[in-house]
Amino acid sequence: MQKPSFGKKVLFYTVMTLLAALFLSPVVIVLYNSFKGRFFIADAPFAFPNANTFVGLENYKAGIAKTDFFSAFGWSLFITLFSVGAIVLFCSMCAYYITRVKNRFTRLVYYLFVFSMIVPFQMVMFTMSKTANSLHLDNPIGILLIYLGFGSGLSVFILSGFVKALPTDIEEAALIDGAGAVRMFFRIILPLLKPSLITVAILNTMWIWNDYLLPYLVIGSDYKTIPIAVQYLQGGYGSRDIGALMALLVLAIIPIVVFYFLAQKHIVKGVAAGAVKG
Amino acid sequence: MQHYLKKWLPVFVFPTLAAFLIAFLIPFLMGLYLSFTSFTTVADAKWVGLENYIEAFRSDGHFLRALGFTSLFTVVSVITVNVSAFLLALALTKTFRLTNIYRSVFFMPNLIGGIVLGYIWQLIINGLLQPLGVDVTYSASYGFWGLVIMTNWQLIGYMMIIYIAALQSIPPQLHEAAAIDGASSLQALRHVTLPSVASAFTICLFLTLTNSFKLFDQNLALTDGAPARESSMLALDIYKTFYGRIGQEGVGQAKAVIFFLIVSLIAFAQLRLTSSKERDV
Repeated sequence: MQKPSFGKKVLFYTVMTLLAALFLSPVVIVLYNSFKGRFFIADAPFAFPNANTFVGLENYKAGIAKTDFFSAFGWSLFITLFSVGAIVLFCSMCAYYITRVKNRFTRLVYYLFVFSMIVPFQMVMFTMSKTANSLHLDNPIGILLIYLGFGSGLSVFILSGFVKALPTDIEEAALIDGAGAVRMFFRIILPLLKPSLITVAILNTMWIWNDYLLPYLVIGSDYKTIPIAVQYLQGGYGSRDIGALMALLVLAIIPIVVFYFLAQKHIVKGVAAGAVKG
Repeated sequence: MQHYLKKWLPVFVFPTLAAFLIAFLIPFLMGLYLSFTSFTTVADAKWVGLENYIEAFRSDGHFLRALGFTSLFTVVSVITVNVSAFLLALALTKTFRLTNIYRSVFFMPNLIGGIVLGYIWQLIINGLLQPLGVDVTYSASYGFWGLVIMTNWQLIGYMMIIYIAALQSIPPQLHEAAAIDGASSLQALRHVTLPSVASAFTICLFLTLTNSFKLFDQNLALTDGAPARESSMLALDIYKTFYGRIGQEGVGQAKAVIFFLIVSLIAFAQLRLTSSKERDV
């Protein structure tokens, strides 16, 4: 390809830099508002903090105290980590079995998983939360099972596609050599599936970390995750503390930005791969 | 090999299947059944036939208005998101420096969850409306455009990534051949680039369509349906029917079944479209 001319370069960098600034500005505005006094935010949201309006970390103290933010962070982390772990482990086993063993039952299971992907959450939210309640799954351990069930549709679908592409001769040799099916799966199949396991883990992490309605309905009254804490601060009775809200928004974004910096390559790849499959 | 593997069914499949039954399949079937009953808890259901479905459309007009609002929102979002994302993808696959940094910035909002997004944009949009002396809850059209802007901010980077992947998989020889044949850059776009990204286009269309149509968190956080449920989309309207007033659970479930049927129709259309395209190639 030919090199772009100087004029084109100037145009490209000007437009892109302006657009990038526009994309970042909402987060930047929230960031500097989080250091302003609560009564100076709604009146002049675009004004920078000055000597009169700057309150240091006061909003952060209020936001953390009102919502017990660190416990919300802990629950979000716990639920996301263990749900994603369970999904990756059990769904890859399930996908492997129903792809390799072909009969009427495994085909039915596969189509049920695919079907579940198109059903909107509102269709099952009431009955699911009642079921979770009556089975005593309305706690941070029980919700892991709910997430495994809800995440299984997309995850098994994606993983089945990758299992299909694996050659079978290594597995056959291992099985004939007397390795048990479970050991063979962990020693041979799982390492081969690694790239797709990362895709599945990324997609589920993005979903579960940000999920609001499901945890709110299942465990929300006793255990708050970060999205529930944000919504609680806003929807709570009494006067609305917009300063605390700004601080909480910043605190909610920080872990996401850190995650993005650490795993950007995998995230972008996973999202693209997941989209093509979904 | 099937023979060796077969007896391991309980170990490989049962954990996932059990969770799937409890979290999805049983609630789904219960939901279908309950949509034909009147209930407040699951145990006290009484069969009422199609009454809930009639009530869903009749009662207060909320549902039909939400359907109209959601459909219009979806059409506007699908067009704006995909046009912007495709143009960005075209620009960011040219031989300039720093394209990776720009891509990262545009993609970043996609990782932020709907509730947090909603409150970020509530601040911005209320700030922009302040000279008029109103806020986003003043009129449903403010809520509408607020949601459109927010959805664009969230989804453009995501769709851009998919378009970029498609653009980069076009063999450079195609463009060279077009250039040798004397094609203008517009002709090359029309006859080389666009046909090559057709499948990415279908994927993005469908992703933005379902994402917009099922939007909930952003709607809840930005306007909560205000004023007077006029800016409620379907998912929020169903939620409010379920949990707003006791005794409307059956109607809520009937609305949810209708919602599910519409989403299935969209998915089915997508499936037909994709498979017919693949046959053409």
